[in-house]
This record gives sequence, structure tokens and C-alpha cells, in this order.
Amino acid sequence: MEQDRVPQDNISTYADNKKVMYATDRSGNYSIIASSGWEIEEEATLQAVREMKRLAREAYALAAKGERSPLFFHMYDRRMDLQVLAEATGLFKWRIKRHFRPAVFRKLPEKILLRYSDALGIPRQTLCNLPQQNKNL
Amino acid sequence: MQEQRDFRHKHFAHCESGVMSLMVSHHGLPLSEAMVFGLSSALMFAYIPFLKLGGMPLIAYRSRPKGIIRGLQKSLGIKMKMHTFSNPSKGMETLDALLQQGHVVGAQSSVFWLPYFPPEMRFHFNAHNLIIFGKEGNDYLISDPVFENSQRCAANDLKKARFVKGVMAPKGLIYYSLAVPNHIDYQRILPVVIKKNAKAMLKTPVPITGIRGIHALARSVTGLSGKDPRQARLFLGHIVRMQEEIGTGGAGFRFIYASFLQEAGRLLGDNHELERASHEMTAVGDQWREFALLAVTTIRKKKNEKMNFSALAEKLLHVADAEADVYQRLLDIHFT
Repeated sequence: MEQDRVPQDNISTYADNKKVMYATDRSGNYSIIASSGWEIEEEATLQAVREMKRLAREAYALAAKGERSPLFFHMYDRRMDLQVLAEATGLFKWRIKRHFRPAVFRKLPEKILLRYSDALGIPRQTLCNLPQQNKNL
Repeated sequence: MQEQRDFRHKHFAHCESGVMSLMVSHHGLPLSEAMVFGLSSALMFAYIPFLKLGGMPLIAYRSRPKGIIRGLQKSLGIKMKMHTFSNPSKGMETLDALLQQGHVVGAQSSVFWLPYFPPEMRFHFNAHNLIIFGKEGNDYLISDPVFENSQRCAANDLKKARFVKGVMAPKGLIYYSLAVPNHIDYQRILPVVIKKNAKAMLKTPVPITGIRGIHALARSVTGLSGKDPRQARLFLGHIVRMQEEIGTGGAGFRFIYASFLQEAGRLLGDNHELERASHEMTAVGDQWREFALLAVTTIRKKKNEKMNFSALAEKLLHVADAEADVYQRLLDIHFT
């Protein structure tokens, strides 16, 4: 890529950060140049962020209706899925799935709750409840 | 506690090559990021459908994590010490002790748990590399190669980022160099690492790495026509993200390698064939970006418009052919 074609689209996902790109000058010599982002990359990032928010929103609705436990919402809210949560906690997927049931979740021992709160990086109190309103969604 | 003397943060394109460039330069062997990347034969392609990141298959445009650290050790004879830990507290204590001794310390971490990353960039990606060069109170001083300026990170956040579990879990990995040579025999090493990399891309034993990996990805893209359109869009977006955003991206790595080939050509007494291969590799990088553009244009299509997956697959095959030509040219060079 040539230096004057390095995108400088000031993309939102960089939040005012810059990335280094390797690009050539007029005589074909490589050097580095800071880029404020490419809108194509921004679109792909935002698509992924939107998808994660959609999953969290749907999980919130289900948890609010009492069909799923708060854990189900917090998992998506922390941008995880069953696979990632299973790896982060060291629990089997089928066990976590059981814990998505509100009745099972309510009776979980402290030890398991701490494992979840640690893996998700949220206090135990937050884990056991749904936030009042979901500002981020 | 103090901060390591004479340490200067620098902004790089990629985390692992940036860390190693900074680390060996700090030890008195100035080495550009592109040279680090080339010397460790780090250019790759891999499409691993059974290894999932956030529910999507892993697509890598470089060698696997730690490949640059190990590759550089091997080609230059640098002596590195690498530690992983099963006990997080022990891992933090060892880090503190190393800083006390005056080391600058490389570490693997998860992007999601590093608070200085912008929120939109925080995904569960566990193989991010950075340098820790000091501690002030409860904060570690971080030289994160993909940021313009050095950063700070509270001890608890760094601990979390270093000890997250999951795919490519860092297990608290820290590393530092014990001995760095003060001279490199470029005449001998460059031909070896260049041929090694070209061979790895052309002659792969498994059909999911190297040029064959790009073909495998093209087949998956063709297969999207039978899939749910929403899933298909997410998959295309995922390819672009793996290419342009996570770390440095496929095109980015091609440009770094082109820069390496140019530098190598000059070190070997204006080798015109390497200069030419560098130009061609630049063109390959440009083609990867054209593919990204085409993929995102496809995602943008309205619900009632048809997404043309075979055009995308064809573009990938073009990229594969162009890349294969460069590697063949590199293999054919007779170094004197």
C-alpha cells in the first residue's frame, strides 16, 4: 500500500487511537505510518459488537421474564458464550446450561457462584441480579 | 518501585513482533519490527474450523502465538527465559522480582481484561503480548506495542488479564532475554529464514494451513450460499475482523513481510530479486484489502438482494495464486 492511500477515516472503534501501517513512499521505500482507521474495519467491528449486544438484549428479556437465570444475561453481557464461559470457569457446558435455569441457579452453593463471579469479573451480588435498566443495550 | 532505565516505548503494527523488536533493541541489538517478523519466519495462513473464537473458526495470518519469540530465539541464538505459572499470586510476585532486578518483561494477556483498550475492541482474545517496564504504586507501566503511548494498568486488572482461562490461555506467561548477540550474520541467516517461510506456505502437510488454507477458506465461503443469511454475514464480518482488526490483520502482515523483504534485499547487497518479491508481496497485501472491501460490501447488501459468495471465493483464490507466486519466486532465488 502507498502512504497516501493509508486510510485515515477516524473510526469510532479506535476511540482516538491509531494503528501502525507499513506503506511505501513514492520511490517504493517502506516506512511506518499511523492510521486513524479504515471504515471497512470499523463496519466489521461494529457488526460484531452489535451481535454481542443483540445476544445480551435477548438474554436480558428472557431473564426478566424469569425463563433464564441472571447468569445467562451476564455471560453475554461480558461478551462471552457458553464455550468461553466453560473454559473460563472450568465447568462442563451441561452444568452451566443447568445453571441457566432460574430454579437451579437460586440454589447454587457459594463456591460455584464465586467461580462465576470471578470468571465474569463481576461481584457476586451483581451476578445474582439483573441490572435495573440496561443502559448499554 | 522504579521504571527501567533508558526504556523507550514505541508504536508497532503487531504485538508480538513489536515486543521482540523493542526487547532486543533495548538489549543493544537494534532490530526493526519487520526484520523480527521475517527472521522468525512468521508469515502464515491458517484456517482452523474446529478451533473456535467466540463461536467462529480461527483464521490466522501469522504463525501461532509465541512463534515469533521462539523463531527469533532459534534464528539469532538469543537466550530467553519463559515462565508460566499455575498460581496467579506467584506469577505476580515473580514479575515484581524481575522488575526489581531491572528486566523489561514480556507478557501474554487477554485483550478483554485490559482496561486501557477501547470498549469496542475488547474481545476475548487471549494471545496479546505486551511489555511491562516498571511499577509505580499499584500500577504497572505497560508498553503495549499497538498503542501510540505507553499505558498503565492496575495490578488486579493485569493479574486477571494474565491468568484468564480458555483457548490460548496465557497461564501468566512472562519472558525476558538473558543474552542477545551483538552481531547478526545476515548473509547466512536471511536466505535460510526466507526459504523456510516460503516452504511453510507452499508445502504444507495439512490442508488448512498455507496456500491450501486459503483454498479451504474459499470453499467455506462458497458454501455460505446454503446457510442462514445472518450467519453468513457474521462469518464474512469475522473473516474481515480476523484480517484487519485482531492484532494486525492479514493484509497488514503481508505489508510487514514486504518491508522485511526490502530490508533483506538491501542487507544482501541490493538483491534485485528480493526487491521484486517485496513489490509483489505489497500487491498481495493490496489484494487482501480488496477482498475485505468486497466482503463488507457483501454484508451491506439489503435483505432482498442476493449476496454473491462465489465472487468472494474467487477473489480469495486469486489472492492465493498471487501469494503462491511470490513464495515460488523466493524459493527459486539462488543466494550467493
